[in-house]
Amino acid sequence: MRTRGAGRLLGREGRRMADAVLFEFLHTEMVAELWAQDPDPGPGGQKMSLSVLEGMGFRVGQALGERLPRETLAFREELDALKFLCKDVWAAVFQKQMDSLRTNHQGTYVLQDHSFPLLIRMASGLQYLEEAPKFLAFTCGLLRGTLSTLGIKSLVTASVAALPSSCFPWGMPAWRRQPLTMSWSSGFEHSSRHPHSHGMQARWAGSISTLDREET
Amino acid sequence: MQLGPAHPIPALCPDLQKSSELFTLTYGALVTQLCKDYENDEDVNKQLDKMGYNIGVRLIEDFLARSNVGRCHDFRETADVIAKVAFKMYLGITPSITNWSPAGDEFSLILENNPLVDFVELPDNHSSLIYSNLLCGVLRGALEMVQMAVEAKFVQDTLKGDGVTEIRMRFIRRIEDNLPAGEE
Repeated sequence: MRTRGAGRLLGREGRRMADAVLFEFLHTEMVAELWAQDPDPGPGGQKMSLSVLEGMGFRVGQALGERLPRETLAFREELDALKFLCKDVWAAVFQKQMDSLRTNHQGTYVLQDHSFPLLIRMASGLQYLEEAPKFLAFTCGLLRGTLSTLGIKSLVTASVAALPSSCFPWGMPAWRRQPLTMSWSSGFEHSSRHPHSHGMQARWAGSISTLDREET
Repeated sequence: MQLGPAHPIPALCPDLQKSSELFTLTYGALVTQLCKDYENDEDVNKQLDKMGYNIGVRLIEDFLARSNVGRCHDFRETADVIAKVAFKMYLGITPSITNWSPAGDEFSLILENNPLVDFVELPDNHSSLIYSNLLCGVLRGALEMVQMAVEAKFVQDTLKGDGVTEIRMRFIRRIEDNLPAGEE
C-alpha cells in the first residue's frame, strides 16, 4: 500500500484542513436535505428552511462561543468583539480571516469576505445566484450565535455580489469579472449609552443582486 | 450609511483556531433537527445514511487527492487504508481492525473514542437512533466510487452503553462499469 505523502497530511495542519472539508461537504448536504423535505418550497416554505438552517447555525455558534476562554469574553468595546469574530472565529470556521470590517460607529458593521468557501464550490450561473441565500443562512446563524455568547444580540443577514469568476462551466457565456464579495451588514443600536452595557440591540440587512451578462 | 475606513483585525484568541470541532458540532445540530423533522428513529437513521452516501461519493475524490493512496488490491488493503489513512485524516482517530471473517470479506472497525459523540447523550425516547449513521453512508458511498459495493453498519455503540463503538464492514461485490441498456 503506497501512502507517500500521507504522513505530512495527517499532522495537525492536515487535520484542520480535512475537518474543514468535512464541514463543507456536510453543509452542502444539509442545505440539499432541508430543501428537499419541503414538497412545495414557495416563498413561505423557503423562509422556513432558511430559518431552520439559521437556527442550526445559531446553536453551533453558541457552542463555539462557549468554548472560548473566559478572558476573551470580556471585550471592552463592541468593536473588539467584532474584530474577534472577523479574525478568530472566521479563521476557526473557514481557515481564513474576514477580508474587511467597516463600521459607522453607530452600531452598523459591514464584514466582507472576497472568497467565501461555502460558495466557491457552486457553479456560476444566474440560477445559482438565486440559490446563494441557502448557502449563507447557516453561517449567518453561526455569527449570531457566537455574538450571543459574547452578550450581543444581533440579527445577521448576508448578501452576495457576484459568484467566483474562476468557476465557469465550459460553454457558458463569460461573466463580467468581479471578485466575489459577500457582505455581511450588521446594524447595532445601543439601548444605552454606557459603553459596557450588554444586551444591545442590533439590526443587520442584506440583499442579492443579479449579474450583468456579456456574451463571449 | 457612512462607513469608516477598514479596521485592522488583530488576533485575540489563537486557541480557538486549533479547535476543529466545527464538524462535530454541526453534525449534532443536524441530528437534533432531523429528530424534530422525522417521527421515528428509523427514518432519521435512513436519512443520515442517505446523506452520508451523498457525501461519500464526493469525499472520495478529496481523499484520493490528499492521500496519494494507490489502488487497493484486496479488501484487507482497503481496510488498512480506511482505518489508518481515511479515519486518521478526517476524524483524527485510527480505529483498529478486527474480527476478519474466514473468507476475508468482513471485518470490524473498533473505535475506542468516537469523536462525533463528544458531549452527546441520547435522550430516552431515541433508543433506536444510530447517532453516527452518517459514517456508514459515507463509507458505502466512497467505496462505491472505487468499484466496491459494501455494507457498513454499527454493531456496538458507546452511546448505547457499549464499551466501544464497532462498525461492521461487509464486502458484497465488485462493481463493474454499467453499460447503457441496449449495448453489449
